[in-house]
Order: sequence, then structure tokens, then C-alpha cells
Amino acid sequence: MKRLGPFSVERVLVPSGAWVLAISLGAIAAALVAAGVIFWAFGINPLRAYAIIFAGTLADRRAAPEILRQAAPLLLAGVGLVLAFRAQFWNIGAEGQLLAGAVASTGVALFSPIPAPWLLPAMFVAGFLGGALWGLLPTLLRLKLEVNEVVSTLMMNYVALFSVEWLIHGPWKGKTAFGFAYTDTFPEAARLALIPGTRVHWPTLVLGIALAGALAFFLGRARLGFEIRVLGENPTAARYAGIDPFRTILLAMAFSAGAAGLAGVGEVAGIHHKLLAPGQVSLGYGYAAIIVAWLARGNPLAAILTALFLGLIFSSGDVMKVSLQMPFRVTDVFNGLILFFLIGSERLLNYRLRWAPGDRAAETADA
Amino acid sequence: MLEWILTAIVRALAVSTPLLWASLGEIYAERSGVINLGVEGMMILGALFAFVVAQVTGYPVAGLLAAAAAGGLAALLHAFVSITLRANQYVSGLALTMLGLGLAGVLGRGWEGIPLLNALPEISGLTYLGLLLAVGLWLVLHHTRLGMVIRSTGESPAAAEALGVNVHLVRYLCVVFGGTMAGVAGGFLSVAYRPSWTEGMTAGLGWIAIAITIFAGWDPLKAVGGALFFGALFHLSFRLQAWVPPEALRMMPFAFTILVLAATSGRRRGRGAPEALGLPYAAGER
Repeated sequence: MKRLGPFSVERVLVPSGAWVLAISLGAIAAALVAAGVIFWAFGINPLRAYAIIFAGTLADRRAAPEILRQAAPLLLAGVGLVLAFRAQFWNIGAEGQLLAGAVASTGVALFSPIPAPWLLPAMFVAGFLGGALWGLLPTLLRLKLEVNEVVSTLMMNYVALFSVEWLIHGPWKGKTAFGFAYTDTFPEAARLALIPGTRVHWPTLVLGIALAGALAFFLGRARLGFEIRVLGENPTAARYAGIDPFRTILLAMAFSAGAAGLAGVGEVAGIHHKLLAPGQVSLGYGYAAIIVAWLARGNPLAAILTALFLGLIFSSGDVMKVSLQMPFRVTDVFNGLILFFLIGSERLLNYRLRWAPGDRAAETADA
Repeated sequence: MLEWILTAIVRALAVSTPLLWASLGEIYAERSGVINLGVEGMMILGALFAFVVAQVTGYPVAGLLAAAAAGGLAALLHAFVSITLRANQYVSGLALTMLGLGLAGVLGRGWEGIPLLNALPEISGLTYLGLLLAVGLWLVLHHTRLGMVIRSTGESPAAAEALGVNVHLVRYLCVVFGGTMAGVAGGFLSVAYRPSWTEGMTAGLGWIAIAITIFAGWDPLKAVGGALFFGALFHLSFRLQAWVPPEALRMMPFAFTILVLAATSGRRRGRGAPEALGLPYAAGER
């Protein structure tokens, strides 16, 4: 047994929730310190930078809702990834699935005769299906031909990106767009309600929270949820238990990619009211959702918190762009560092400190 | 017509150069058992540092050396997190890609849009050196003791350790070597292929390099074929612009990657994927 001052260091198999939280917060704090070096290299005092970011996000009554708006797509895509990662399927394609959802719902909004009250629900259904369909090919390739899903889902992101570019420059280019590359604007009935005075399309947020809750229930109680957990944690045991990996992973991925598709619906129906350049539809939510899911450590409800945190980082990106004249890319620095510190600190989860000042005497006596 | 074909070949060779360098590096990292999904991030850092150093010193070769150093340092981070801290290799590589793209975007802002004064020609020594390296690295991997040590580290680290191999050291060296190769690949883009710096100029080439690693069956010689194939595909996507929508063409290499992976992977297992690829190794632990 090792000692650290008056503490004894012990190995644990399942860390307590409080310990997980403490380590996660410590990792985030360390990442923020490391990111401070970037500010410093940019000629900005890190403390001043963080003060400006705080004043421009959490402390600003008009800016704070932006965190919620950014969190909405992160939550939907992130909850989906929680499930995929639980099934040990490395879905890196949430970005493309999100875009596919945006495309499908745009198609419904602009070109379907569905009447007003049913239009938005139809768009969400189309978005879910669009996302799920986009995730289907890599899933089938992995299950049938053992094609590495990391590479294939990622390639599908690029295919989605250029497909959107093609649509907005070509067949779907708006008649009222005057040479700009985007579609016509959606009819009123295809736009999501906002919290007044903000850009928070609350129905998407509610949908995300509901989905997180449903998934938590499903993973804990339903048979399929149990099968996904077993398959992810111990594939050999899953085989002996007669769990069909094909069906299980296919369903898990359909949900995962579909949820990312829903995030795409929220962005076009809630914010832009048209399909536009892929880099504007998604600010990289699909990639950041990987952090949402990883930080949530497989717990769908925790993804609500982690999505809010990533939402804070994205809205900080806006502040850094406007107030500190830094490119928006700086959010990638934050995301990368947080992810590094998060996984780097995971080994600590298997240890715990126990307050045991008296043991020292016993130990020396032994020696 | 002949001239058309000749320029086509030259341009295709030019695009395949960075693909070859990056995938050769990745092959060595993965052969030692460590998958590094950070190729895109290491390449973009290499591109930025190569451009800045080449511009400031006036020597493109100095830029390439800086690119190698930048890529190697970035890989060192991945090595530390995934080998010493035994964190998930996939996630660590993704973090490296995010960090690299972010850092290059932030640090490179002032250098955007400036043409490089002393650029290297498109087909430079790097192309030939890349081909030579492919042969050399294949020889080392399959016909030397060092190669055997690397392969055994990736196949069965516990057995290698039992034979006195320092698994962690071998993995560190291979990952950092992969990083320097990816760095040079990025540097080639900014000092030779398109002598300037633009944010996000690697545009997915790093991911294609990872795909080449897979369907080359982790074999340096076959990577030459893969790189040439995708180089030709990228070039073709510029050439056909008069007939096909440009977006469809730019999508082509990525869509083809999926197709080729599907066609080559198949159910044929054991095509050279190192047995312990992606698994962290703790000395003396079971």
C-alpha cells in the first residue's frame, strides 16, 4: 500500500460518483490552465482572457442563453454517441449524420405538401431517418465486412459535407438567394419556436432532455438496453448469452445516428430557416459530441450536463472571436486539450485516497 | 495529348507524396501496436511550421525539418497519453486531431494568404525520397532484427517483453517516427505543393493516409500503390471539373476510400492487422 501524506492510496474497481466527478473537474481545470498558455502565446493575459469570457457568457444576461442554444445539438448528438460507445461502436460520423438530418428535414420543409401542424413533426421524423440512413452504410460495412468504422464514419462526414455543398450550389439553390449558396427560406410552419429574446429553439432542447431520460431508462430496464451493455462490455459473454450482435449494434447505431440527425433538424428549423454551407449548419457539433459522450462516461443523463459545458465552450468561442480577435478555431484547442486531460486522468479513477493518519505508525512498526 | 498525360502523372505524383509519407509513418506506429488517429492534426501542424520557418529563414528544407519536429512533438503527446497513461488510443488520436487543427488555426492566422518566396518544386526530392523510404522501411520491417522487434511489439507485447524488449520504448519511437513523417507530409503541402498557408489546408488527407495504412495491409511497399491510386484520384477530381459538378469530384476520394476499404477488407482476416493494435500494454500486468 502506498501513502501520500496522511492518506493511504488504495486500488478500487468501481470508483464512486463523487470521485469520478472530482477527477473530471480536475482534468477540466488542468486543461483550462494549459489553454491559458495559448492566450499567453497570443499576447493576452490568460486571467484577463478568462475574465472576459466569463463576463461575455455566464455573467451576461443576453449572452447566457447562447449556451443553451449551442448545447441543444451537442446534447442530441452526444446522447446518440453515448449509446454507440456503450455498444463499442466507434461512431465518429455524428457530424455527417447531423448534416444528413438537416438535408432530410430541409427536403420536407421545402418540397412536401404536408400541412402546417404536421410539418415540424414530419421534419423531425425525416431528420431522424436521414441521420440513421447515413449511419447505416458504415454499420453494415462493419458488421458484414469488418470495415473499420472509425475511418468509414469519418469518410461519410466528408461525403455529407460535399453533398450539402452540391445541393446548395445546384439543385436546391434558392430562387430568392440572389447568387448566394443557400436554399429558399422555410415557410413559417417549418420554423421552431424560440424562447423570446433568444435564439434558443426550446423544442429541440426538450427533445434532447427527453431522449437522454428515455435512454437512461432504456439502458437500465429494457432487454435491448441490457443486451447493448453486455455486448459492449463483454462480447464473449454476449455470444454465450445468445445476443445477436448484428441486430443489437444495428439498432444502437440507428438510434445514435438518428439522434445526430435530430440535431441537424434543430439547427436548420430553429436557427437558419434554410439549408446553407455545412460549416454554418454545424460548427463542429458532431465532433464535439464525442467529448460530450466521453465526459458523460456512458451515462445519458450526465450528457445533459456535459452538453451544457461544451455549449459554454462554443459560446466562449464567439466571445473570443469578437472580444479577443481570435479565430473561432480556438474552440478546437479547448476541445482537444479537455479530451486529452480527460482520458489522461482516467487511470486515477482506479485509485482512491483514504484518510488514514494512524496507519503510518502500524506500517513503520511492521517494517 | 502526351503532354496532358505527362502533366497528369506529375500532378498525381505530387498529391500522392504527402499521402505516402504520412501513411508510411502510420504503418510503423500501428505495427508497434499504437493506432494514431491524429495524422490530420500532425500534418496541419507540420504544414504551418514548415511554412513559417521556410518563410522566415528562406530555406524550404529548414521548414521541412521544423515540420518534422512539430509532427514528432505532437506524436509524443499521443505517445505519452496512450502508452504511458494507457488511455484509449482512438480518443487520444481524435483529441490530437482537434488540438492540431485548433492550434494551427490560431497560431497561423497572421500567415494566411502570403505566398512562399522560396518554394520547392512540386516534384522534389521528397517524392523520390518517399519512394526510397517505402523500400527501406519495408526492408527494415521484414528483414532486420529491429523490424522483428517492432512487429513482435505490435503482435504480442507480453512475449516481446519476455524476450527482453522494452515495449514502451519501441512504441514511443514508432509513434514519434510516425509523427515526424506526418509532419513532413504536411510540410510538403505548404512549401511545395501549394506554397502558402491556409487554415485547414490538409483537407482530410490525413484521414486518407490512415485508410491507406489499412488497405495496404500495414505493408510499406503496398502503401506506395495506395498513395499513387489516391493521388491519381485527387488529381482526376481537378481535371474533370468541366464535366462533373466540382462538389461531386471533391467528394470522390472520400467515397472511394469507403469503397476500397469494403473491397479489400472483406472477411479475409489476418491480412496483417497487428494483433495487439489499439490495446494499451502495462508491463508485468495481466
